[in-house]
Amino acid sequence: MPGRLRTATLRVAQAVPVVIGVVVISFVLTRALPGDPAVYFAGPAADDASIAEIRSALGLDRTLPEQFLIYAGDLLRGDLGQSLSTGQPVAEDLARRLPASLELTGLALLLACGIAIPLGVLAATRPGSFADHACRVMVTAGVSLPTFFTGIVLVYVFYYLLGVAPSPLGRLDFAFIEPEQVTGFYLIDAAIAGDGETWMASAAQLVLPAVTLALFTLAPIARMTRGAMLAALGADFIRTARASGLRPKTVIYTYAFRNALLPVVTTLGMVFSFVLGANVLVEKVFAWPGIGSYAVEALVVSDYAAVQGFVLVMALLFVALNLAIDLLYTVIDPRVGFDGV
Amino acid sequence: MSEPVATPASANAVQVDDTWLHHVSHVLRSNPVTLLAFVLFAGIVVIALFGPWIAPFDPMESNAARALEPPSLRHLFGTDNLGRDVFSRVIVATRLDLTISVAAVALSFVVGSILGSLAGYYGGWLDAALNRVLDMVMAFPLFVLAMGIVAALGNTVENIVYATAIINVPFYARLVRAEVNIRRDAGFVRAARLSGASDTAVLSLHIFPNALPPLMVQVSLNLGWAILNAAGLSFIGLGVRPPTPEWGIMVAEGANFIVSGEWWLAIFPGLSLMLAVFTFNLLGDGLRDIVDPRTRT
Repeated sequence: MPGRLRTATLRVAQAVPVVIGVVVISFVLTRALPGDPAVYFAGPAADDASIAEIRSALGLDRTLPEQFLIYAGDLLRGDLGQSLSTGQPVAEDLARRLPASLELTGLALLLACGIAIPLGVLAATRPGSFADHACRVMVTAGVSLPTFFTGIVLVYVFYYLLGVAPSPLGRLDFAFIEPEQVTGFYLIDAAIAGDGETWMASAAQLVLPAVTLALFTLAPIARMTRGAMLAALGADFIRTARASGLRPKTVIYTYAFRNALLPVVTTLGMVFSFVLGANVLVEKVFAWPGIGSYAVEALVVSDYAAVQGFVLVMALLFVALNLAIDLLYTVIDPRVGFDGV
Repeated sequence: MSEPVATPASANAVQVDDTWLHHVSHVLRSNPVTLLAFVLFAGIVVIALFGPWIAPFDPMESNAARALEPPSLRHLFGTDNLGRDVFSRVIVATRLDLTISVAAVALSFVVGSILGSLAGYYGGWLDAALNRVLDMVMAFPLFVLAMGIVAALGNTVENIVYATAIINVPFYARLVRAEVNIRRDAGFVRAARLSGASDTAVLSLHIFPNALPPLMVQVSLNLGWAILNAAGLSFIGLGVRPPTPEWGIMVAEGANFIVSGEWWLAIFPGLSLMLAVFTFNLLGDGLRDIVDPRTRT
């Protein structure tokens, strides 16, 4: 096992330059503000003296490398600046709203993988069958669906026409009180509190947005699973396994599927990029109080610190997810090494 | 190029054209879906070009007496909360949506091709630096990065185009870099160099054209994605401003009426958006079949 541990450590170390890159780009974005940020932050009634004061307070009178070091230092202390619209530190705002986004995105990903991977496997093992056609239709239609539009159609059908879904406004109906905060995930918190009604209510609120997000995510995962399974089933070692008289189930699941998982896990990285972006749109449609809708509200009132903080947090989340995926690699495939280890 | 010199050039060209046309018509006949994609694409282009003349009503003209009417023969897609004809607005919006995405894709095509060619041809520190920068861009969830760029540059339609272009550049640059890199020492490249062609000429006239077929597939697949991206940005209130007809913003405005049952405000612009994206995706798959039959799925 020390070999594997070393690979994992190396992979974690490789994430460091990426994080630095992310910080550099987000620094460039904060400094690309139209006009002079000092004038902007000083407000319309400011005179030259107060602008100069704010300029030195913001560190804008120093050289760019110095500004970058100050910026990076602030980040290390967890300081993302002050939000103009809420008056709170951006980091606090984001931390409070992050569980809502994670709960939604996580559930949607589980749902998407839970449907797409079996569907892809079925489509590959039985070409020409119903599952194969269903897979093909969903793959083509899925990538053409604008997430925000799917969400609105689902609201119309399940809330307005059928009346089975609760009103698309946030995480919990007004009639319920938030469960006591432990993790911030309502489903888990309600379960810990042993409050069945609240659990059902928050689950009901979660279904439509999670399905919307999952529908969008299904397509690339199903496509990749199908392709990878087809490739794996066509390989020589599968023919050998079959010829040796192994049961079809063993051949498909133990031999082909485990090998097909690798490319699927690789695409998950790209899928995360889409999901985190689509998450913003879904949160807007369902008035979901996550970090996506926070950023949208901030954008409308030009609350730059809040938007930049959001972009940075999303990027760090994305880097962390990709890191997790790569570490998962070493579990699935012991052959994988980084840098020839 | 390797044809015997004896054949007259024009006859040679005709013959190449013939086999190519034959191949295209074969692909189209064996895959009617691709044919459908081409027909839909032509339709969208016609609507984009002649939209203002096709639309039966002025897309900006409001009429309070006829607000929120459901679809009828007079108003095919109904009217919105200000009594504007939704059908006319959907038709007229085609041009703006298509312009934004085409401009963005064209921009990333040009920038990505230049960067990718240089990196693939010269290699070395240029290549390494470009790769690092692209990695940095790709480390962001792309839609989120586009939001950040628009927020930083200012909330205008041009900046939507720039933001969409920037998040697409890595795909083109990587593709072109790979295509150029495998050919930088190919026989025909050495021959061109020996016959005295400059680096620029070798790169742009001999190597780059080889990257065009896969690039075209990328462009077509990318257009659908660019439309989705631009519509998504205007859906959350970036870029295009409300009275302007644009699909994303129309869906956003219509979303307020969906909970009270006025579905036509959001559904029709949404469906148009879907159809456009669907067309470009089909077209991309079809082009890939024509360009490279091996990667067919």
